[in-house]
Amino acid sequence: MSSLSTLTPLTVKEPSPLRSRMRGGARYAPTLATLGLFIAMFAVGAGMYPSFLSGQVFLNLFIDNTFLIVLAVGMTFVILTGGIDLSVGAVVALSMMVSATLLQQGWNPAAVIFLVLVIGGGLGLLMGLIIQYFDIQPFIVTLAGMFLARGLCYVISLDSIPVTEGFFTSVAQAQIPLPGDLFVSPGVLLALAIVAAAFFILHHTRFGRTVYAIGGNEHSAMLMGLPVTRTKILVYALSGLCSAIAGVLFSFYSLSGYSLAAQGMELDAIAAVVIGGTLLTGGTGYVLGSVVGVLVLGIVQTFIAYDGTLSSWWTKIVIGGLLLAFILLQRLFARKTA
Amino acid sequence: MNEIVPVVEMTDIAIGFPGVKALDGVNFRLFQGEVHALMGENGAGKSTLIKALTGVYTIDSGTITVLGEHKQFSTPAASQAAGISTVYQEVNLCPNLTVEENVLLGREPRRRGSIDWKGVRSRTREVLAELHLNHVDPGSLLSSHSIAVQQLIAIARSVEINAKVLILDEPTSSLDADEVNQLFRVIRDLRDRGVAILFVSHFLEQVYEISDRMTVLRNGKLVGEYLTRDLSRMGLISKMIGKEMEALAELDQAPARTRARTGSEVTPFVEARGLGRKGSVSNVDLSIYPGEVVGLAGLLGAGRTEIARLFFGADKADEGSIRVKGVSQRIRSPRTAIDKRIGFCSEDRKEEGLIGDLSVRDNLMLAMQASKGWARRIPRRVQDELVAEYIATLDIRPANPDALIRNLSGGNQQKVLLARWLITSPELLILDEPTRGIDIGAKTQIQKLVNKLATEGMSILFISSELEEVLRLSDRVAVIKDREMVAEIKNDDVSVEDVMTVIAGGTQ
Repeated sequence: MSSLSTLTPLTVKEPSPLRSRMRGGARYAPTLATLGLFIAMFAVGAGMYPSFLSGQVFLNLFIDNTFLIVLAVGMTFVILTGGIDLSVGAVVALSMMVSATLLQQGWNPAAVIFLVLVIGGGLGLLMGLIIQYFDIQPFIVTLAGMFLARGLCYVISLDSIPVTEGFFTSVAQAQIPLPGDLFVSPGVLLALAIVAAAFFILHHTRFGRTVYAIGGNEHSAMLMGLPVTRTKILVYALSGLCSAIAGVLFSFYSLSGYSLAAQGMELDAIAAVVIGGTLLTGGTGYVLGSVVGVLVLGIVQTFIAYDGTLSSWWTKIVIGGLLLAFILLQRLFARKTA
Repeated sequence: MNEIVPVVEMTDIAIGFPGVKALDGVNFRLFQGEVHALMGENGAGKSTLIKALTGVYTIDSGTITVLGEHKQFSTPAASQAAGISTVYQEVNLCPNLTVEENVLLGREPRRRGSIDWKGVRSRTREVLAELHLNHVDPGSLLSSHSIAVQQLIAIARSVEINAKVLILDEPTSSLDADEVNQLFRVIRDLRDRGVAILFVSHFLEQVYEISDRMTVLRNGKLVGEYLTRDLSRMGLISKMIGKEMEALAELDQAPARTRARTGSEVTPFVEARGLGRKGSVSNVDLSIYPGEVVGLAGLLGAGRTEIARLFFGADKADEGSIRVKGVSQRIRSPRTAIDKRIGFCSEDRKEEGLIGDLSVRDNLMLAMQASKGWARRIPRRVQDELVAEYIATLDIRPANPDALIRNLSGGNQQKVLLARWLITSPELLILDEPTRGIDIGAKTQIQKLVNKLATEGMSILFISSELEEVLRLSDRVAVIKDREMVAEIKNDDVSVEDVMTVIAGGTQ
């Protein structure tokens, strides 16, 4: 030990504590920018339409997008590892088809939900295993998963199947009152609970930190002795499970199953995650940011609904523009910190 | 002595890859409280042996015992669990996470299933303090620190696991002298505490400074195990390269080349006046004459590469001027530079130079085809002739045009990169660290080639961290300090000390 006490500190320039704190803060910048954008849009909406500024309009953003929030949670895990999951929209549709069909045949709703979760999680697990053990691009594997799930929908039925079962309809109509004449749906509570759980997992468990480490540098994570293989597989299983939950929530919302439902919803989920500040290359981002990302998509839709004269396709155009703007922002930002 | 059990004993290790025997019958022992250097040229099997010990590769035959117990590592995690920790050359940590997370990742203290972040912070503080890194903020991002500090943080990670064996694979290749000293103090302290340290480096002087014993490998086979104090430098080198000793002798007499003609009566090939770029380098006045080798000397990070990039147009200069053959030019992009017959062998051959998944032939052809234009295809027969010629001239091994670049050793990759530029017959060739991380045999060949090219009239800007090498090859040396060119020295009987004085004092 004696030799250590004579050590002089390394004469390498270190950033001052203030700078390092700013850098730390800078990590939240893309997410904070999204939050700022959301608040600004809400303010503009309130200025243009007096009825916009109401608690219920805000809560409706959650009510109308519960399934997208849950999808975005699963997608955040996947994108944080540097992967992508294109199958989620199709798995939502498959979950809806399976529930609607089985409920029509008189299955117990609890059994139906359980089965749907097993199917979704199992599909995700399978894709994760293929991605990991055959070392194939997640893009391709989940694209195949998307075709498989969508194809199975058509195999089940080409027509829309209504859900008339008691539990599902009562949940669909249930409103949980909040003070001030406001209400939310039960699905919102479930979605928020999932977000909270995801936040805990990502920031307070070794599994969550491994997700970030893989996104930062997968090879390093492996050399550090982290369970890279297991984590990567689990992330896809988790995303599949989230898709199944989203499918159930969407069933509550729409009370039907239809093969063509949730077309392109995987892209909405990816857009929400990216707009929320998660880098597509992995390693940086926050699940709460993804929730704000979903709210931004929701408010764009609300705007167009309030306007009344615009085609709903303008939603897509605005989302596309926002997505591009945010990717550019992240790029500029990455250059500055590099 | 016989009673002491080695911490690690590897016996009769063999590992093969398709078509290659990477290791064959290698024995290796590592004792507690020693620094053991693993020596050998590139491709001798050092990395393979390390990877066998760290669980990255699985051995085909042989035995590994750790503290007398038989082990078979199939994953890095298994090796770490046995107390073996590795710090690789390209710091293998996660740049997107904080210092404290990198130190404790995967072993964070937990309370009721949740990571105890306060515990993480205090444990990291303790470990950093042990390495006298108190000034490093545990909550700062890893990427905000220099490579030297990142490397020490990687060592902190091993200290944290209480590793019995610490493997350092080329830890000093991107450190400056002060940083190396700091690293060595940490290594000695760990050794005194009983850690067994396996040290791999290309720098002979460092190996002699730090190691107690060494094991020498050549072509995947064991040459022998020696006490460092018993083995002379020449003895070591001859064991490493085997019969290639004469190459080394030749090198000592290398600068027999007649000096290039310089001065007012000849036009320099390229002439920079007050060249600079905001936030990068400034005040570069440098002329390079045909047939002349100009060396850039300076510490790592002094701005050598930045100057090279300005000459090549990889970065745009925003002050000063460049004349090529007496005509004022704006070099706005590498494309312009190539048109003016300027070539640039980048420092980072993996990232910027070669395409690992293409063959030697394809890599060579890329440059050629680019200079001819894509429309005119070069017939296969001409390709074959050209490629064969360059493989022979530069002694690229394996001499197989279809070998994939990523399977070649560092020295041979460097030769392919050189060949790629030579095919375009440049008039100015910028070589940025062409000999870094390659073995002595290949180094000699590249140095001889530089001499030969200059004799044939090519202008060369030569950048290297090894001052001896710069002085051996250059006609003139430009000294770079703190991102400015501070002096230009004509190289007649200039010693390393002279250059060091200029770097240290900054006197003209």
